[in-house]
Amino acid sequence: MIGGMNLQSGKITLPVLFLVPVLMFGFGYLMVPIYNVLCDITGLNGKTGAISISEASQLTVDEERLVKVEFTGSLNMYAPWQFAPEVPSMMVHPGKQYSTTYVATNKLAKPLVGQAVPSVSPGRAASYFNKTECFCFVQQSFEAKETRDMPLVFIVDPELPKDVDTVTLSYTFFDVTDKQIN
Amino acid sequence: MNAAVAETDHHDHGPAPGLMRWVTTTNHKDIGTLYLWFSLIMFFIGGAMALVIRSELFQPGLQIVDPQFFNSMTTMHALVMIFGVVMPAFVGLANWMLPMMVGAPDMALPRMNNWSFWILPFGFGMMLSTLFMPGGAPASGWTLYPPLSLQGGMAFPFLIFSIHLLGISSIMGAINIVATIQNLRAPGMTFMKMPLFVWTWFITAYLLVAVMPVLAGAVTMLLTDKFFGTAFFTAGGGGDPVMYQHIFWFFGHPEVYILILPSFGVVSEIIPTFARKHLFGYSSMVYATASIAFLSFIVWAHHMFTVGMPLSGELFFMFATMLIAVPTGVKVFNWVATMWRGAMTFETPMLFAIGFVVMFSIGGFSGVMLALAPVDFQYHDTYFVVAHFHYVLVPGSIFAIMAAVYYWLPKWTGNMYDEKWGKIHFWVSTIFVNLLFFPMHFVGLAGMPRRIPDYAVQFADFNAIASIGAFGFGFAQLIFVYVVFKCLRGGEKATDQVWEGAHGLEWTLSSPPPYHTFTDQPIIK
Repeated sequence: MIGGMNLQSGKITLPVLFLVPVLMFGFGYLMVPIYNVLCDITGLNGKTGAISISEASQLTVDEERLVKVEFTGSLNMYAPWQFAPEVPSMMVHPGKQYSTTYVATNKLAKPLVGQAVPSVSPGRAASYFNKTECFCFVQQSFEAKETRDMPLVFIVDPELPKDVDTVTLSYTFFDVTDKQIN
Repeated sequence: MNAAVAETDHHDHGPAPGLMRWVTTTNHKDIGTLYLWFSLIMFFIGGAMALVIRSELFQPGLQIVDPQFFNSMTTMHALVMIFGVVMPAFVGLANWMLPMMVGAPDMALPRMNNWSFWILPFGFGMMLSTLFMPGGAPASGWTLYPPLSLQGGMAFPFLIFSIHLLGISSIMGAINIVATIQNLRAPGMTFMKMPLFVWTWFITAYLLVAVMPVLAGAVTMLLTDKFFGTAFFTAGGGGDPVMYQHIFWFFGHPEVYILILPSFGVVSEIIPTFARKHLFGYSSMVYATASIAFLSFIVWAHHMFTVGMPLSGELFFMFATMLIAVPTGVKVFNWVATMWRGAMTFETPMLFAIGFVVMFSIGGFSGVMLALAPVDFQYHDTYFVVAHFHYVLVPGSIFAIMAAVYYWLPKWTGNMYDEKWGKIHFWVSTIFVNLLFFPMHFVGLAGMPRRIPDYAVQFADFNAIASIGAFGFGFAQLIFVYVVFKCLRGGEKATDQVWEGAHGLEWTLSSPPPYHTFTDQPIIK
């Protein structure tokens, strides 16, 4: 029989019962790193991959295949920039390194710090879209009214699923002047 | 029995005189009563907010309130109804009934019991005070998704701290319930002899202890994101707003079972009484409840099929969700099988219980439809979802609470309630609740979005019908208040057993039971 517990077991019950909420509060926070790891593995939410230049040079170029890479840029609310890709799209061979730029203009007469956040769609292409150099890796400081080209060097993995013929890379530009994170 | 009561009164202290009795009480019956009154008051506050929503939606166009206030109303209505009505009502029922059902003299931790109730009015005082603040009450929906929820006015920190208080209150209540059930059962009351209301609360309490802290964590992250420069959900700082939805619904899905499992317990007590048969499939009921509780932890992402999950994720959460229909189906089957060839009578508690089984099942069916990931893209954030969760919460949880009150009211007060007005309350409520929520299925399938104060004209007729249903249902609850007050003030005396077919320890006590019960443990054979 499962039952038949008596009053003495109360000595264990209470501390355990109080421990559970404490641990579960911690678990809520633990979900943050778990989620980030899962996103890295699966490309969830279009988080892109980053590889070193030496790794990139070892990929074989697939001359047979052409993939269209589209670029978009948008501003998070109130971000006081002009922000757009230099070219709307490129035709690329998987395995070959390409570079392009995004152009940003600080519209205000005071210095600003911005952060670009990338996303790739379709989501399952995200982990095949690698960047060796990107303005999104670090925060971007702008002088008052400054206009700047921001470089992006990327390489599409030849393993990209065969049925994907268009990959869209989107950047959202955030104003992080108030909360700079190092 | 009267002699026994007199003797008990002679030996034990009765309630303290005056109003301080209610402030300082550690008596499970007093605290149960406090919870139930609190819940009833909040039911009318939350109901008034619902009527503001339905008044605005009576016609297309913007007539009565501005959109910001409309959004505040949907947000506050949900928070009040979930944390202020359904949860306190069930905790109140647990306080009243659990010790009497397991043969315990009181709850295991009476002082903490007092505290867990008295936190509630302060938590809600803080939450409702946001209605009068500059910038208005929170208007981001009760789910508080960032970044929208971070853009509110000064109401935001008040909301977060009130959620913390409500969480602390329900965690303490849940710990008390687990401790009572595990440790204070009378000799011979083994786990598999416990009444189902006790079983469902036992499992619910574990869910509460496990997930309320996760909500506390999620809202704390929102708070630090807004005021302390963290970036859990701020994309500009490396965070991800979608992650909030994962954390929130990891709490949120078990939470919806916290709102419904005790109802299953109530209905499983009432149907056998009025069918005059033992509950069909007792142990399968217990295992089904436990299965539902387990599954509730692995289905959360079905609330967010449209955020852009990988196909494998959509499939997993879809199938896991559909699996819940199996134990739920077992329960509905058992209730029907209990009634099968029973000597049924249809007193008010039984009417509400049968109404629960029928209308909860309607909500269950639309739930299975929503579980299907491919079609959910059509239903997501439409009135179809609103229809679904109101069917499981209003003619589901609320009807079960009503059934429980009618069922145990003669035991609590010693007087029979007015059966005629009880039945009128049931029929008026049932007719209007269907008038209110059934048309929402149609406008939802046709694409009417939720949480919007205006709508396209082709939805006008169904919305007008729903608004009429809302006012009918809302005012019908005044009948309930009338019946309760009338019963409190007198009426035909109830017997100890109250109902002919009632079985269980609480029915061996006098009606009303003495202030302290089971100071000598009963022995269950």
